[in-house]
Amino acid sequence: MTFDKIVFGIALVALLAAGAANAAEYEVVQKNKAFSPKELNIKVGDTVKFTNEDNFFHNVFSLSDLKTFDLGSYPKGEFKSVTFDKAGKVEVECAIHPSMLMIINVQ
Amino acid sequence: MKLKGDKLARNLLLASVVALGACATTAQSEQEQRLVFEAGHPSLQYWLLPDKPPYPKDNEPTAERIALGKQLFFDPRLSRDGNISCASCHNPMLGWSDGLPTGRGFRGALLGRASPTVINTAYNSIQMWDGRKKDLEDQAIGPMEASVEMNTDFDQMFRFLRNNEGYRTAFAKAYPGEEINKETIAKAIASYERTVISNDSPFDRWIKGDKSAMTEQQVRGFKVFVDPDKGNCEICHSAPNFTDNGFHNIGLASVDGGKGDPGRFAHKPIKILKGAFKTPTLRDITLTAPYFHDGSAKTLMEVVEHYVKGGEVKENLSPNIKPLHLTQQEKEDLVAFMEALTTDHEPVTLPKLPLK
Repeated sequence: MTFDKIVFGIALVALLAAGAANAAEYEVVQKNKAFSPKELNIKVGDTVKFTNEDNFFHNVFSLSDLKTFDLGSYPKGEFKSVTFDKAGKVEVECAIHPSMLMIINVQ
Repeated sequence: MKLKGDKLARNLLLASVVALGACATTAQSEQEQRLVFEAGHPSLQYWLLPDKPPYPKDNEPTAERIALGKQLFFDPRLSRDGNISCASCHNPMLGWSDGLPTGRGFRGALLGRASPTVINTAYNSIQMWDGRKKDLEDQAIGPMEASVEMNTDFDQMFRFLRNNEGYRTAFAKAYPGEEINKETIAKAIASYERTVISNDSPFDRWIKGDKSAMTEQQVRGFKVFVDPDKGNCEICHSAPNFTDNGFHNIGLASVDGGKGDPGRFAHKPIKILKGAFKTPTLRDITLTAPYFHDGSAKTLMEVVEHYVKGGEVKENLSPNIKPLHLTQQEKEDLVAFMEALTTDHEPVTLPKLPLK
């Protein structure tokens, strides 16, 4: 990732986070058919945005007891966000590529 | 990565938007220039398969395990009627498949999907058209348990194997101290299947540096295959085994947007998976017609024409599928390239099955 892209990413997420007083925003990227990071610790009320950085479509979903969602599929450069409102462990996957799996620990 | 906002970041944002435009253009052209289509070029080496496929820690392939697995694979006596073996549907004379649009099972029952080839399944990270089995050990007993396939009577089968001196000896050598049970049967069959490998095709030899291994037309077809603006095939039929081990609804008429065979959706109820099936390998593809999970394409050109159209049924179509703009020459080049993916295998020898 180039410096410019990093700055752009930081700035963009910062803007999105500005609206929520206490809650934080985290970014998870889908790159080379893997989630990065593979494990994330957040607090109740925090939001995670999932950004696709691959040249093809990815999906983001969870069928965890704690949080069930399906963000659909989207191409490179696009993202969707999820706010986690209960404490526990959430497994996040890509339906298209089942080897893509990550864990979010909501504390 | 945790990120916090401040004014500086907002100001940087505006500057970065302009910079990002420049980066995107650079990245795109970098990607186009990334591959050099010359035999043996370093940029293409990611297409070579590892020499040996992976295996589970508790089932390292040994000569004894492979030999036992081969006997079990070809032995019809594992089925309820004693007339269907693994090789009935995964026949090495027919590319380890059966040449049928969809398989035939117990007493000729018509099955819903094509028999997938065994070739290079050892490299797959997930098994079956709908991914319901995780590895070869997990898969091997499935057809015996299926009432429409081998429909095995397990009490009868275990009696047969445990009372057969040849098999008792073979199991004792392969898995000393372990019982003859579903687990050891599955492990042995999986060990044998891991020897069914295609990794010495003209394409492989060309990637390794043999200029004469592929024709000019086949090299052109390779370019069409990987070009995102042409065939765009690589995004799913990815290196090195020509599969992303992923699931896609490719718009087949029989799937009917997911109203037909639900495919992966039956196991993962996520909308995009309605009518989605696993990307099959293209290695040895000339040996495994007809094509697609429903066997609806008789030739590789029919497959190409399907993708040029962008699928028959657009409902719940994979977003990675879009109509392609290919000339007749490019279509023919693509087919010629796929014909370079078949290894010239040594003939398969048959095992002697122990009668008692």
